[in-house]
Amino acid sequence: MASPVQPRQTLSTPGVTILSGMDGQIPAGLPVSAAPLAAHEKPGYRMCSYVKTFIKTDAGHIPIITSLLGKADLFSTFYVRCGINRHQYTVAPGLYGIGEPDKTSDVLVTANFKLTFDHLRKALAHVNAWILVLDTNGVNVWCAAGKGTFSTRELVTRIKTTSLDKIVDHKRVIVPQLGATGVSAKDVKTQSGFRVVYGPIRANDIPVFLQNHRIADKQMRQITFSLYERFILTPVEIQMALKPSLIAIIALFILSGFGPGIFSFSGAWERGVLAVYALVAGIISGAIATPVLLPFIPSRAFALKGIIVGSIFAVLVLLPMANTINGIAGGLALFLFSVTISSYLAMNFTGATPFTSPSGVEHEMKQYIPVQLACLAISTGLWIYAAF
Amino acid sequence: MKDIRYLDDISSLVLTDEKCVGCGLCIEVCPHGVFEMQHNKARIVDFNACMECGACVNNCPSGALSVSPGVG
Repeated sequence: MASPVQPRQTLSTPGVTILSGMDGQIPAGLPVSAAPLAAHEKPGYRMCSYVKTFIKTDAGHIPIITSLLGKADLFSTFYVRCGINRHQYTVAPGLYGIGEPDKTSDVLVTANFKLTFDHLRKALAHVNAWILVLDTNGVNVWCAAGKGTFSTRELVTRIKTTSLDKIVDHKRVIVPQLGATGVSAKDVKTQSGFRVVYGPIRANDIPVFLQNHRIADKQMRQITFSLYERFILTPVEIQMALKPSLIAIIALFILSGFGPGIFSFSGAWERGVLAVYALVAGIISGAIATPVLLPFIPSRAFALKGIIVGSIFAVLVLLPMANTINGIAGGLALFLFSVTISSYLAMNFTGATPFTSPSGVEHEMKQYIPVQLACLAISTGLWIYAAF
Repeated sequence: MKDIRYLDDISSLVLTDEKCVGCGLCIEVCPHGVFEMQHNKARIVDFNACMECGACVNNCPSGALSVSPGVG
């Protein structure tokens, strides 16, 4: 789950009620190109690329967005998937429209993470609807609901500040099912007069859901965690492991230098490289192989899954180097180290899955963190011992 | 998600039968099919699939549901 980050100043930041669909990144004086948008230009603000035009309503002009993702959107999606700038990837909260919405159109509620926003608009190519974007500090719907920013309070506030009752003549908002963790339908009704209808989990199901008179079938209500859904998360796992790994690499080279002559630079280099191989094997096993192969690995506990896959990786990487490693003690040290890294990272992946319970994770951590620490200590001892 | 399961017998989910009014909202919001409607009341049919997300608790109008996860 992402940590809350202060959003940058946007035009619809509370207290500055102008328009959604703009952000304040660049200085004034930019050329005006699209004529229908010209009237909505504001000094110091750039029109967002996804805003197609504006529609006049009883509550003012509302930006109409396109369902098409441009090259820039696709590039930034790629970067964010790699973990680059993913905590500042936001759109301005507020009300948008898609297609040709009118007073009878449905209102779809979403989060202001741009990855979420893009995913939603892409799924709405032939839909006429309003999109109510809540301020979740750039976090997706489910994580934000869990952390309390995608909430009853935020939804009620946003319904009021956008004067939703003037935009539509029904009293109904469609909240993504996963938002239910942070939203109470009953409280929203009491506080705003709007009835919450829980929509499907996946944005792609929205068109069918709307056609079916807002009824979701069982499959739309069940979460999945397919091979692709697991794979797409792995670059961020790697990215998060990078910084601690660099520190670990320095520590490994220093540790590898200890030996009969107290410290040897050639030892540090030659043995350090071997230790780095073990580290990399552990990272690939714990942050890529275990997540991707998740359902095929025996055991329920992620830490144990990491040990199983990590053992295979460690053997495959260390065996070809067997004659350069100092004896059984050295080999065992690297094996234990690599498996421990794999186990720890695999356990860390519980935070990215859609099915692990906090009680379960706590149970697993209490059980396996002592084991991992013990293995790390034994491994360090053996590695130093092996140098003598 | 019947193919990927987490630890059994560990969720803190509790359904108090007497309080259930049978509105079915828990069935609607649960992403793991933990509940089913039986004789006009919600029943837990897949306890070990519960991930303690709290969606059911948050939306139960009669306070029949609770979860008390630790810090995770």
